[in-house]
Amino acid sequence: MIAIVDYGLGNLRSVQCALRRVGAERIGAESIITSDADEISGADGVILPGVGAFWRAMENLRELGLTKVVLESVRNGKPLLGICLGMQLLFSESDEHGRHDGLGIIPGKVKRFVESPSLKIPHMGWNEVRHQDLSPLLIAVKDEEFFYFAHSYYVVPDEPAAVIGSTDYGLTFASVVQSGNVFGVQFHPERSGLDGLTILENFCAICA
Amino acid sequence: MLAKRIIPCLDVKDGRVVKGRSFVNLRDAGDPVECGKQYSDAGADELVFLDITATLEARKTILELAARVAEEVFIPFTIGGGISTIEDARGLLSAGAEKISINTAAVRNKPLITEISEAFGNQAVVVAIDAKRTGESWEVYINAGTTPTGIDVIEWAKEVEQLGAGEIMLTSIDSDGHNAGYDIELNAAVNEAVSIPVIASGGAGGPEDMLRVFTEGKADAALAASIFHYGTYTIAEVKDYLRQHGVHVRD
Repeated sequence: MIAIVDYGLGNLRSVQCALRRVGAERIGAESIITSDADEISGADGVILPGVGAFWRAMENLRELGLTKVVLESVRNGKPLLGICLGMQLLFSESDEHGRHDGLGIIPGKVKRFVESPSLKIPHMGWNEVRHQDLSPLLIAVKDEEFFYFAHSYYVVPDEPAAVIGSTDYGLTFASVVQSGNVFGVQFHPERSGLDGLTILENFCAICA
Repeated sequence: MLAKRIIPCLDVKDGRVVKGRSFVNLRDAGDPVECGKQYSDAGADELVFLDITATLEARKTILELAARVAEEVFIPFTIGGGISTIEDARGLLSAGAEKISINTAAVRNKPLITEISEAFGNQAVVVAIDAKRTGESWEVYINAGTTPTGIDVIEWAKEVEQLGAGEIMLTSIDSDGHNAGYDIELNAAVNEAVSIPVIASGGAGGPEDMLRVFTEGKADAALAASIFHYGTYTIAEVKDYLRQHGVHVRD
Protein backbone atom coordinates (compact mmCIF):
# COMPACT_ATOMS: atom_id res chain seq x y z
CA MET A 1 0.00 0.00 0.00
CA ILE A 2 1.28 3.43 -1.00
CA ALA A 3 0.13 6.46 1.00
CA ILE A 4 -0.40 9.61 -1.06
CA VAL A 5 -0.12 12.37 1.52
CA ASP A 6 -3.03 14.79 1.40
CA TYR A 7 -2.07 18.13 2.92
CA GLY A 8 -4.54 20.23 0.99
CA LEU A 9 -2.30 21.16 -1.94
CA GLY A 10 -1.83 19.28 -5.12
CA ASN A 11 -3.53 17.16 -7.66
CA LEU A 12 -3.79 13.94 -5.70
CA ARG A 13 -6.32 12.22 -7.89
CA SER A 14 -4.13 12.29 -10.98
CA VAL A 15 -1.35 10.62 -8.98
CA GLN A 16 -3.78 7.97 -7.78
CA CYS A 17 -5.18 7.39 -11.29
CA ALA A 18 -1.65 6.86 -12.58
CA LEU A 19 -0.87 4.42 -9.77
CA ARG A 20 -4.09 2.59 -10.52
CA ARG A 21 -2.98 2.22 -14.14
CA VAL A 22 0.39 0.89 -12.96
CA GLY A 23 -1.47 -1.39 -10.53
CA ALA A 24 -3.30 -3.06 -13.39
CA GLU A 25 0.05 -4.73 -14.12
CA ARG A 26 1.69 -4.84 -10.73
CA ILE A 27 0.64 -5.96 -7.27
CA GLY A 28 1.68 -3.49 -4.56
CA ALA A 29 0.59 -0.35 -6.37
CA GLU A 30 -2.61 0.02 -4.35
CA SER A 31 -2.80 3.50 -2.90
CA ILE A 32 -4.74 5.64 -0.49
CA ILE A 33 -5.05 9.39 -0.38
CA THR A 34 -4.67 10.22 3.28
CA SER A 35 -3.82 12.80 5.92
CA ASP A 36 -3.94 10.22 8.70
CA ALA A 37 -0.61 9.67 10.48
CA ASP A 38 -1.39 6.01 11.26
CA GLU A 39 -2.24 5.23 7.65
CA ILE A 40 0.97 6.89 6.53
CA SER A 41 3.11 5.03 9.07
CA GLY A 42 1.41 1.76 8.11
CA ALA A 43 2.06 2.16 4.38
CA ASP A 44 4.87 0.46 2.42
CA GLY A 45 5.79 3.70 0.73
CA VAL A 46 4.89 7.37 0.83
CA ILE A 47 4.28 9.81 -2.00
CA LEU A 48 4.45 13.51 -1.23
CA PRO A 49 2.81 15.30 -4.14
CA GLY A 50 2.11 19.00 -4.28
CA VAL A 51 1.72 22.15 -6.28
CA GLY A 52 1.48 25.72 -5.06
CA ALA A 53 3.44 27.66 -2.50
CA PHE A 54 6.27 26.17 -0.40
CA TRP A 55 5.45 28.02 2.82
CA ARG A 56 1.79 27.06 2.69
CA ALA A 57 2.67 23.41 2.08
CA MET A 58 4.96 23.37 5.13
CA GLU A 59 2.36 25.18 7.20
CA ASN A 60 -0.33 22.66 6.18
CA LEU A 61 1.94 19.70 6.92
CA ARG A 62 2.68 21.11 10.38
CA GLU A 63 -0.97 21.95 11.12
CA LEU A 64 -2.02 18.43 10.15
CA GLY A 65 0.75 17.04 12.36
CA LEU A 66 2.29 15.21 9.40
CA THR A 67 5.90 16.40 9.41
CA LYS A 68 6.69 14.01 12.28
CA VAL A 69 5.28 10.90 10.62
CA VAL A 70 6.98 11.72 7.31
CA LEU A 71 10.36 12.20 9.02
CA GLU A 72 9.85 9.05 11.06
CA SER A 73 9.02 7.02 7.95
CA VAL A 74 12.22 8.24 6.35
CA ARG A 75 14.23 7.37 9.47
CA ASN A 76 12.80 3.87 9.34
CA GLY A 77 13.99 3.49 5.77
CA LYS A 78 10.55 3.59 4.20
CA PRO A 79 10.66 4.68 0.54
CA LEU A 80 9.43 8.22 -0.07
CA LEU A 81 8.83 9.93 -3.40
CA GLY A 82 8.40 13.69 -3.56
CA ILE A 83 6.81 15.06 -6.71
CA CYS A 84 7.30 18.69 -7.87
CA LEU A 85 6.67 20.86 -4.78
CA GLY A 86 6.72 17.60 -2.79
CA MET A 87 10.34 17.16 -3.92
CA GLN A 88 11.25 20.72 -2.94
CA LEU A 89 9.79 20.19 0.55
CA LEU A 90 12.42 17.48 1.17
CA PHE A 91 15.15 20.13 1.20
CA SER A 92 16.44 22.36 3.99
CA GLU A 93 15.03 25.68 2.88
CA SER A 94 13.36 27.68 0.13
CA ASP A 95 13.53 31.26 -1.12
CA GLU A 96 9.88 31.26 -2.19
CA HIS A 97 8.07 34.28 -0.65
CA GLY A 98 10.84 34.86 1.89
CA ARG A 99 13.02 32.24 3.53
CA HIS A 100 11.19 29.15 4.79
CA ASP A 101 12.39 25.91 6.34
CA GLY A 102 11.62 22.65 4.58
CA LEU A 103 11.62 19.11 5.94
CA GLY A 104 15.42 19.03 5.85
CA ILE A 105 15.66 15.42 4.70
CA ILE A 106 18.09 16.27 1.90
CA PRO A 107 20.53 19.13 2.60
CA GLY A 108 20.15 21.89 0.06
CA LYS A 109 18.18 24.90 -1.08
CA VAL A 110 15.23 25.72 -3.32
CA LYS A 111 15.80 28.70 -5.64
CA ARG A 112 13.83 30.61 -8.26
CA PHE A 113 14.77 30.59 -11.94
CA VAL A 114 16.09 33.96 -13.01
CA GLU A 115 13.89 35.58 -15.63
CA SER A 116 15.35 36.69 -18.93
CA PRO A 117 13.85 37.54 -22.31
CA SER A 118 14.66 34.04 -23.51
CA LEU A 119 13.58 32.23 -20.34
CA LYS A 120 9.91 32.12 -19.50
CA ILE A 121 8.74 31.34 -16.00
CA PRO A 122 7.11 28.96 -15.07
CA HIS A 123 9.28 26.35 -16.78
CA MET A 124 6.28 24.65 -18.31
CA GLY A 125 6.17 21.76 -20.73
CA TRP A 126 8.19 18.71 -21.76
CA ASN A 127 11.92 18.71 -21.18
CA GLU A 128 14.64 16.05 -21.21
CA VAL A 129 16.10 14.33 -18.16
CA ARG A 130 19.72 13.23 -18.47
CA HIS A 131 20.78 10.38 -16.26
CA GLN A 132 23.34 7.58 -16.01
CA ASP A 133 21.24 4.71 -14.69
CA LEU A 134 22.36 5.42 -11.15
CA SER A 135 19.04 4.82 -9.48
CA PRO A 136 16.40 2.07 -9.25
CA LEU A 137 13.84 4.86 -9.81
CA LEU A 138 15.08 5.26 -13.39
CA ILE A 139 15.20 1.62 -14.47
CA ALA A 140 13.98 1.22 -18.06
CA VAL A 141 13.91 5.00 -18.54
CA LYS A 142 16.02 6.06 -21.51
CA ASP A 143 18.60 8.80 -21.13
CA GLU A 144 17.22 12.16 -22.36
CA GLU A 145 13.61 11.05 -22.24
CA PHE A 146 11.00 13.84 -22.01
CA PHE A 147 8.95 14.55 -18.88
CA TYR A 148 6.34 17.18 -18.08
CA PHE A 149 7.48 20.07 -15.88
CA ALA A 150 5.52 22.98 -14.38
CA HIS A 151 7.52 24.95 -11.83
CA SER A 152 9.26 28.26 -11.12
CA TYR A 153 11.69 27.02 -8.46
CA TYR A 154 14.37 24.32 -8.58
CA VAL A 155 16.44 22.45 -6.01
CA VAL A 156 20.17 22.78 -5.37
CA PRO A 157 21.36 19.84 -3.26
CA ASP A 158 24.48 20.47 -1.14
CA GLU A 159 25.81 17.04 -2.09
CA PRO A 160 26.28 16.59 -5.86
CA ALA A 161 25.88 12.84 -5.29
CA ALA A 162 22.19 13.40 -4.50
CA VAL A 163 21.60 14.44 -8.12
CA ILE A 164 20.68 11.45 -10.26
CA GLY A 165 18.94 13.23 -13.12
CA SER A 166 19.43 16.70 -14.56
CA THR A 167 17.63 19.01 -16.95
CA ASP A 168 18.58 22.20 -18.79
CA TYR A 169 16.52 25.34 -18.51
CA GLY A 170 18.68 28.45 -18.62
CA LEU A 171 20.98 26.48 -16.33
CA THR A 172 21.36 22.82 -15.48
CA PHE A 173 19.23 21.85 -12.48
CA ALA A 174 18.58 18.67 -10.51
CA SER A 175 15.38 17.13 -11.87
CA VAL A 176 15.74 13.78 -10.07
CA VAL A 177 17.32 13.38 -6.64
CA GLN A 178 17.94 10.45 -4.33
CA SER A 179 19.28 10.09 -0.82
CA GLY A 180 18.99 6.51 0.39
CA ASN A 181 15.35 5.53 0.11
CA VAL A 182 14.20 9.09 -0.41
CA PHE A 183 13.52 10.12 -4.02
CA GLY A 184 12.38 13.34 -5.62
CA VAL A 185 11.31 14.25 -9.13
CA GLN A 186 10.78 17.86 -10.20
CA PHE A 187 8.54 16.82 -13.13
CA HIS A 188 5.14 15.18 -12.90
CA PRO A 189 5.43 11.44 -13.57
CA GLU A 190 1.64 11.16 -13.38
CA ARG A 191 1.43 13.57 -16.32
CA SER A 192 4.38 12.32 -18.34
CA GLY A 193 2.85 9.54 -20.41
CA LEU A 194 4.27 6.02 -20.43
CA ASP A 195 7.73 7.02 -19.17
CA GLY A 196 6.13 8.74 -16.19
CA LEU A 197 4.17 5.56 -15.44
CA THR A 198 7.45 3.61 -15.60
CA ILE A 199 8.88 5.82 -12.86
CA LEU A 200 5.84 5.24 -10.67
CA GLU A 201 6.08 1.53 -11.35
CA ASN A 202 9.76 1.60 -10.34
CA PHE A 203 8.82 3.36 -7.12
CA CYS A 204 6.21 0.68 -6.38
CA ALA A 205 8.88 -1.97 -6.95
CA ILE A 206 11.18 -0.18 -4.50
CA CYS A 207 8.34 -0.17 -1.93
CA ALA A 208 7.50 -3.85 -2.39
CA MET B 1 15.95 21.78 -23.81
CA LEU B 2 12.29 22.64 -23.39
CA ALA B 3 10.20 21.37 -26.30
CA LYS B 4 7.61 23.39 -28.19
CA ARG B 5 4.20 21.89 -27.47
CA ILE B 6 1.49 20.75 -29.84
CA ILE B 7 -1.92 20.89 -28.21
CA PRO B 8 -5.10 19.54 -29.78
CA CYS B 9 -8.14 21.44 -28.57
CA LEU B 10 -11.42 19.65 -28.10
CA ASP B 11 -14.51 21.85 -27.99
CA VAL B 12 -17.09 20.06 -25.91
CA LYS B 13 -20.83 20.62 -26.07
CA ASP B 14 -23.24 18.48 -24.05
CA GLY B 15 -20.44 16.00 -23.44
CA ARG B 16 -19.48 15.62 -27.13
CA VAL B 17 -16.57 17.07 -29.10
CA VAL B 18 -17.47 19.68 -31.70
CA LYS B 19 -15.60 22.26 -33.78
CA GLY B 20 -16.97 25.11 -35.80
CA ARG B 21 -15.77 27.90 -38.08
CA SER B 22 -15.36 31.11 -36.09
CA PHE B 23 -17.48 29.78 -33.22
CA VAL B 24 -20.57 28.82 -35.30
CA ASN B 25 -21.72 25.80 -37.40
CA LEU B 26 -20.74 23.10 -34.98
CA ARG B 27 -20.00 19.56 -36.13
CA ASP B 28 -19.95 16.47 -33.97
CA ALA B 29 -16.58 14.71 -33.89
CA GLY B 30 -16.79 12.17 -31.08
CA ASP B 31 -16.41 11.20 -27.48
CA PRO B 32 -14.06 13.48 -25.52
CA VAL B 33 -12.34 10.74 -23.54
CA GLU B 34 -11.75 8.53 -26.58
CA CYS B 35 -10.51 11.53 -28.57
CA GLY B 36 -8.22 12.56 -25.74
CA LYS B 37 -6.77 9.10 -25.41
CA GLN B 38 -6.16 8.84 -29.13
CA TYR B 39 -4.41 12.20 -29.19
CA SER B 40 -2.28 11.23 -26.22
CA ASP B 41 -1.26 7.97 -27.91
CA ALA B 42 -0.59 9.90 -31.13
CA GLY B 43 1.96 12.15 -29.41
CA ALA B 44 -0.03 15.20 -28.26
CA ASP B 45 1.90 17.08 -25.58
CA GLU B 46 -1.16 18.33 -23.78
CA LEU B 47 -4.92 18.56 -24.28
CA VAL B 48 -7.40 21.38 -23.91
CA PHE B 49 -11.10 20.73 -23.40
CA LEU B 50 -13.23 23.81 -23.90
CA ASP B 51 -16.75 23.45 -22.62
CA ILE B 52 -18.81 25.62 -24.93
CA THR B 53 -22.14 24.74 -23.34
CA ALA B 54 -21.07 26.24 -20.04
CA THR B 55 -24.60 26.48 -18.70
CA LEU B 56 -25.24 25.70 -15.07
CA GLU B 57 -26.57 22.22 -15.73
CA ALA B 58 -23.52 21.46 -17.88
CA ARG B 59 -21.12 22.07 -15.00
CA LYS B 60 -21.68 18.58 -13.69
CA THR B 61 -21.05 17.08 -17.13
CA ILE B 62 -17.67 18.80 -17.39
CA LEU B 63 -16.68 17.64 -13.91
CA GLU B 64 -17.48 14.06 -14.88
CA LEU B 65 -15.54 14.55 -18.09
CA ALA B 66 -12.47 15.77 -16.16
CA ALA B 67 -12.71 12.78 -13.82
CA ARG B 68 -13.04 10.29 -16.69
CA VAL B 69 -10.20 11.85 -18.68
CA ALA B 70 -7.92 11.71 -15.62
CA GLU B 71 -8.46 7.95 -15.44
CA GLU B 72 -7.49 7.36 -19.07
CA VAL B 73 -5.09 10.09 -20.10
CA PHE B 74 -1.63 10.58 -18.55
CA ILE B 75 -0.58 13.84 -20.14
CA PRO B 76 -1.61 17.28 -18.83
CA PHE B 77 -5.03 18.56 -19.73
CA THR B 78 -6.71 21.92 -19.29
CA ILE B 79 -10.42 22.51 -18.86
CA GLY B 80 -11.98 25.81 -19.81
CA GLY B 81 -15.40 27.28 -20.39
CA GLY B 82 -17.77 28.82 -17.89
CA ILE B 83 -15.41 28.73 -14.91
CA SER B 84 -16.34 31.72 -12.79
CA THR B 85 -15.58 30.85 -9.18
CA ILE B 86 -12.73 29.38 -7.18
CA GLU B 87 -15.04 26.47 -6.37
CA ASP B 88 -15.45 25.69 -10.10
CA ALA B 89 -11.66 25.63 -10.36
CA ARG B 90 -11.22 23.53 -7.23
CA GLY B 91 -13.70 20.93 -8.49
CA LEU B 92 -12.00 20.52 -11.87
CA LEU B 93 -8.47 20.48 -10.46
CA SER B 94 -9.38 17.93 -7.80
CA ALA B 95 -11.07 15.80 -10.45
CA GLY B 96 -7.69 15.57 -12.15
CA ALA B 97 -7.36 18.52 -14.53
CA GLU B 98 -3.80 19.91 -14.56
CA LYS B 99 -4.94 23.46 -15.34
CA ILE B 100 -8.10 25.47 -15.75
CA SER B 101 -8.55 28.30 -18.21
CA ILE B 102 -10.60 31.39 -17.53
CA ASN B 103 -11.63 34.03 -20.03
CA THR B 104 -14.77 36.13 -19.46
CA ALA B 105 -14.60 35.64 -15.68
CA ALA B 106 -10.99 36.89 -15.63
CA VAL B 107 -12.05 40.17 -17.26
CA ARG B 108 -15.15 40.63 -15.12
CA ASN B 109 -13.54 39.55 -11.86
CA LYS B 110 -9.78 40.11 -11.91
CA PRO B 111 -9.20 38.99 -8.31
CA LEU B 112 -10.33 35.51 -9.38
CA ILE B 113 -7.01 35.05 -11.23
CA THR B 114 -5.06 35.82 -8.07
CA GLU B 115 -7.35 33.76 -5.88
CA ILE B 116 -6.99 30.61 -7.99
CA SER B 117 -3.27 31.18 -8.47
CA GLU B 118 -2.63 31.55 -4.74
CA ALA B 119 -4.72 28.49 -3.92
CA PHE B 120 -3.41 26.09 -6.55
CA GLY B 121 -0.22 27.65 -7.93
CA ASN B 122 0.12 29.81 -11.03
CA GLN B 123 0.95 26.76 -13.19
CA ALA B 124 -2.73 25.79 -12.81
CA VAL B 125 -4.09 29.09 -14.12
CA VAL B 126 -4.39 29.71 -17.84
CA VAL B 127 -5.97 32.99 -18.86
CA ALA B 128 -7.56 32.67 -22.28
CA ILE B 129 -7.58 35.88 -24.28
CA ASP B 130 -9.77 36.24 -27.37
CA ALA B 131 -8.19 38.96 -29.49
CA LYS B 132 -9.68 40.86 -32.41
CA ARG B 133 -7.62 43.14 -34.59
CA THR B 134 -8.66 46.80 -34.57
CA GLY B 135 -6.32 48.73 -36.85
CA GLU B 136 -2.81 48.57 -35.42
CA SER B 137 -3.74 46.87 -32.17
CA TRP B 138 -5.95 44.13 -30.78
CA GLU B 139 -9.00 44.30 -28.55
CA VAL B 140 -10.04 41.77 -25.90
CA TYR B 141 -13.41 40.13 -26.56
CA ILE B 142 -15.40 38.12 -24.04
CA ASN B 143 -18.49 35.89 -24.00
CA ALA B 144 -17.10 33.43 -26.55
CA GLY B 145 -15.81 36.21 -28.76
CA THR B 146 -19.10 38.09 -29.03
CA THR B 147 -18.59 41.09 -26.72
CA PRO B 148 -15.91 43.76 -27.18
CA THR B 149 -14.42 45.12 -23.95
CA GLY B 150 -12.38 48.10 -25.08
CA ILE B 151 -9.36 46.51 -23.37
CA ASP B 152 -6.05 46.36 -25.25
CA VAL B 153 -4.75 42.80 -25.59
CA ILE B 154 -1.11 43.62 -24.83
CA GLU B 155 -2.03 45.58 -21.70
CA TRP B 156 -4.34 42.79 -20.58
CA ALA B 157 -1.69 40.13 -21.15
CA LYS B 158 0.77 42.04 -18.94
CA GLU B 159 -1.91 42.54 -16.30
CA VAL B 160 -2.92 38.88 -16.10
CA GLU B 161 0.73 37.94 -15.65
CA GLN B 162 0.94 40.37 -12.71
CA LEU B 163 -2.32 38.98 -11.30
CA GLY B 164 -0.94 35.45 -11.20
CA ALA B 165 -1.68 33.72 -14.50
CA GLY B 166 0.84 30.99 -15.27
CA GLU B 167 0.10 30.85 -18.97
CA ILE B 168 -1.85 32.67 -21.68
CA MET B 169 -3.96 30.98 -24.32
CA LEU B 170 -4.10 33.54 -27.08
CA THR B 171 -6.83 33.12 -29.67
CA SER B 172 -7.15 35.31 -32.73
CA ILE B 173 -10.86 35.69 -33.43
CA ASP B 174 -10.01 36.89 -36.96
CA SER B 175 -8.04 33.74 -37.77
CA ASP B 176 -10.01 31.17 -35.81
CA GLY B 177 -11.65 28.48 -37.90
CA HIS B 178 -10.16 29.61 -41.22
CA ASN B 179 -7.13 27.28 -41.37
CA ALA B 180 -5.15 30.11 -42.95
CA GLY B 181 -2.47 30.52 -40.28
CA TYR B 182 -2.11 32.01 -36.82
CA ASP B 183 -1.96 35.79 -36.33
CA ILE B 184 1.84 35.96 -36.18
CA GLU B 185 2.05 39.66 -35.28
CA LEU B 186 -0.36 39.19 -32.40
CA ASN B 187 1.66 36.30 -31.02
CA ALA B 188 4.97 38.11 -31.43
CA ALA B 189 3.60 41.19 -29.69
CA VAL B 190 2.21 39.28 -26.70
CA ASN B 191 5.31 37.09 -26.36
CA GLU B 192 7.42 40.22 -26.34
CA ALA B 193 5.28 41.72 -23.57
CA VAL B 194 5.07 38.86 -21.07
CA SER B 195 7.45 36.31 -19.54
CA ILE B 196 4.91 33.53 -18.97
CA PRO B 197 4.34 30.88 -21.66
CA VAL B 198 1.90 31.65 -24.46
CA ILE B 199 -0.20 29.12 -26.37
CA ALA B 200 -1.02 30.31 -29.89
CA SER B 201 -4.55 29.51 -30.99
CA GLY B 202 -6.80 30.14 -33.94
CA GLY B 203 -6.03 29.52 -37.58
CA ALA B 204 -3.83 26.43 -37.80
CA GLY B 205 -4.08 25.03 -41.31
CA GLY B 206 -0.92 22.94 -41.37
CA PRO B 207 2.58 22.34 -40.02
CA GLU B 208 4.00 25.40 -41.78
CA ASP B 209 1.63 27.62 -39.76
CA MET B 210 2.96 26.09 -36.57
CA LEU B 211 6.54 26.57 -37.70
CA ARG B 212 5.85 30.27 -38.31
CA VAL B 213 4.12 30.84 -34.99
CA PHE B 214 7.02 29.17 -33.14
CA THR B 215 9.79 30.97 -35.02
CA GLU B 216 8.32 34.38 -35.94
CA GLY B 217 5.52 34.43 -33.37
CA LYS B 218 7.79 33.17 -30.54
CA ALA B 219 4.93 31.06 -29.16
CA ASP B 220 5.68 28.30 -26.63
CA ALA B 221 2.85 26.04 -27.71
CA ALA B 222 0.51 25.77 -30.68
CA LEU B 223 -3.11 24.77 -30.34
CA ALA B 224 -5.15 23.31 -33.18
CA ALA B 225 -8.50 21.63 -33.51
CA SER B 226 -9.95 20.93 -36.94
CA ILE B 227 -6.73 19.87 -38.72
CA PHE B 228 -6.40 17.08 -36.18
CA HIS B 229 -10.10 16.26 -35.76
CA TYR B 230 -10.69 15.86 -39.45
CA GLY B 231 -7.41 14.06 -40.01
CA THR B 232 -5.89 16.67 -42.34
CA TYR B 233 -2.61 16.10 -40.48
CA THR B 234 -1.53 13.74 -37.73
CA ILE B 235 0.42 15.03 -34.76
CA ALA B 236 3.38 12.94 -35.92
CA GLU B 237 3.34 14.62 -39.35
CA VAL B 238 3.29 18.04 -37.74
CA LYS B 239 6.15 17.15 -35.41
CA ASP B 240 8.25 15.58 -38.18
CA TYR B 241 7.91 18.75 -40.21
CA LEU B 242 8.84 20.94 -37.24
CA ARG B 243 11.83 18.75 -36.38
CA GLN B 244 13.08 18.91 -39.98
CA HIS B 245 12.91 22.68 -39.69
CA GLY B 246 14.91 22.83 -36.49
CA VAL B 247 12.13 23.16 -33.92
CA HIS B 248 12.71 21.13 -30.75
CA VAL B 249 9.69 18.87 -30.19
CA ARG B 250 9.03 15.79 -28.08
CA ASP B 251 9.31 12.40 -29.81
